[in-house]
Amino acid sequence: MNVTEGPGLRPRRNPKRSPWRYVVIAVMLFLALALADVVLTNPNFGWPVVGQYLFSAVILDGLLLTLELTAVVMVVGSVLGVILAVMRTSTNTFVARGAWAYIWFFRGTPLLIQVIFWFNIAALFPRISLGVPFGPTLAGIDANALVTPWTAAVLALSLNEGAYMAEIVRGGLLGVDRGQYEAAQALGMRPSKVFGIILPQAVRTIIPPTANQLVTTFKNTALVSVIGLADLLHSAQVVYALNYQTIPLLIVAAFWYLLLTSLLSYFQSLLERRYSKGYVPRSRPRAATGTSDAVALKEA
Amino acid sequence: METPMIVLRGIQKRFDSVHVLKGVDYSVSRGSVSCLIGPSGSGKSTLLRCINGLQPADEGEVWVDGELIGLRIDGDHVIPLPEKEIADQRRQIGMVFQRFNLFPHMTALENVMSGPLRVNRADKERTRDLAMGLLDRVGLAERADHYPNELSGGQQQRVAIARALAMKPKVMLFDEPTSALDPELVGEVLSVMRDLAAEGMTMIVVTHEMGFARDVADHVCFMDEGVIVEEGHPDTVLTDPRTARAREFLKRG
Ligand SMILES: Nc1ncnc2c1ncn2[C@@H]1O[C@H](COP(=O)(O)OP(=O)(O)OP(=O)(O)O)[C@@H](O)[C@H]1O
Ligand SMILES: [Mg+2]
Repeated sequence: MNVTEGPGLRPRRNPKRSPWRYVVIAVMLFLALALADVVLTNPNFGWPVVGQYLFSAVILDGLLLTLELTAVVMVVGSVLGVILAVMRTSTNTFVARGAWAYIWFFRGTPLLIQVIFWFNIAALFPRISLGVPFGPTLAGIDANALVTPWTAAVLALSLNEGAYMAEIVRGGLLGVDRGQYEAAQALGMRPSKVFGIILPQAVRTIIPPTANQLVTTFKNTALVSVIGLADLLHSAQVVYALNYQTIPLLIVAAFWYLLLTSLLSYFQSLLERRYSKGYVPRSRPRAATGTSDAVALKEA
Repeated sequence: METPMIVLRGIQKRFDSVHVLKGVDYSVSRGSVSCLIGPSGSGKSTLLRCINGLQPADEGEVWVDGELIGLRIDGDHVIPLPEKEIADQRRQIGMVFQRFNLFPHMTALENVMSGPLRVNRADKERTRDLAMGLLDRVGLAERADHYPNELSGGQQQRVAIARALAMKPKVMLFDEPTSALDPELVGEVLSVMRDLAAEGMTMIVVTHEMGFARDVADHVCFMDEGVIVEEGHPDTVLTDPRTARAREFLKRG
């Protein structure tokens, strides 16, 4: 039969679906129903208590503190991370090794230990003083006054964050093609200007791991509850220490953590789209090649 | 006699144990086009990168328009300049790469403006006019708002040439500017380079395009294993080379 002959265009139909598909759906539905049954009928979940505390002032204050802490830690940690990443690529080996050692130490020890350590820094240095090493002291302050739970939390989480961000930023910088450095240099750009060309390109690869890091950091802030800072988790703990409604209050805290991490993931996808500029062809590419080359052809 | 625009004296370069450039003496007179040919790995790219200090030479001197590049004379010694000052010297030396190396996050226009804006802190409006003029000159004024990934290889390379020209360099270095292009796109790039040569730009072109070398070059150098084996007028070097090595290379090419 010739391709141009035949009974005209045949309509399309989707391929038959496997019958197992329906079995899987049935099993999943059953499991979901069983879970809902347990969760809703077991009175120990204390849903009325959850409802009572979900928007209570004490919980919302805790949430606010958790958000503030996350924001401060993320900003300080990112700046620290960029500095450390640049230090690691330095041709000065002393600088590069220093940054390496920093990252090695802070990534290699549990964050919980770092939090408790900074909170107890007064045990190590009762007075924190400014002065010349081995020389005279210029100013001093009582460590217990300086290192409040808040400063200990910011210090511990930021220093740790810097180490992780350094690796993320370094990965991004290394991912940029050598030719980009050379093209910027060849134009006569000084090192700082070259960095200005490279960083926006690195940002594209830096964003996804940074967003993951942000989610991790947001959840890691719960560790500061051990030093008595009134974050989201600690606020919930304070309430259930009084009314013994442990599970309902953990549900309240988990609800807020889950809601915020979901929002962060959403913003991550928005950001990624924004920074893909010049990498993904635009939705309406204005004829890039082919016939539109008339100008060039005329010359050639 | 007028001093040459580019003078290289005794250039040596090693990468670890590999001796890539073994004492290159070379000069290019003002307003002339010199083509550098030779087999792969002979050190052509490395030589170009020594000229603008992207890979500073281990020994020897590079002079561009009477200025020593990458070094400072101190009595009877030379001392390497800090990177900042080498960067300043590179402004007068344009370079075009085999793989274009346009900045992917900037449009064609922003690429061409990037040098004057970031290096010279030039006025934005005036730089835009300059850049549009240059894009027009390479036949791409209509493509000004396109990102590099929306342009063909030939168009990208022409933008790259415009970007280098925006710094108003005294010399232009081309490292195999057409080797990464589909054959049908080579012509448009060579034509831009021809115009540039006709306007009196001093150029060094590493190329495998023997036709271009024959038509446009004032001078051809044949390099092999880190030395210049033979140089002279293209008619001589390309059609009737003295050395056996050059004869063999041209027969193969
Ligand atoms: N950064 C580097 N590190 C180590 N070796 C290098 C480096 N750059 C170049 N080389 C070596 O130096 C030699 C000359 O390289 P170069 O790129 O200058 O050759 P070329 O003449 O440009 O060759 P091609 O025609 O393939 O571009 C090669 O053996 C190459 O492996
Ligand atoms: Mg090369």
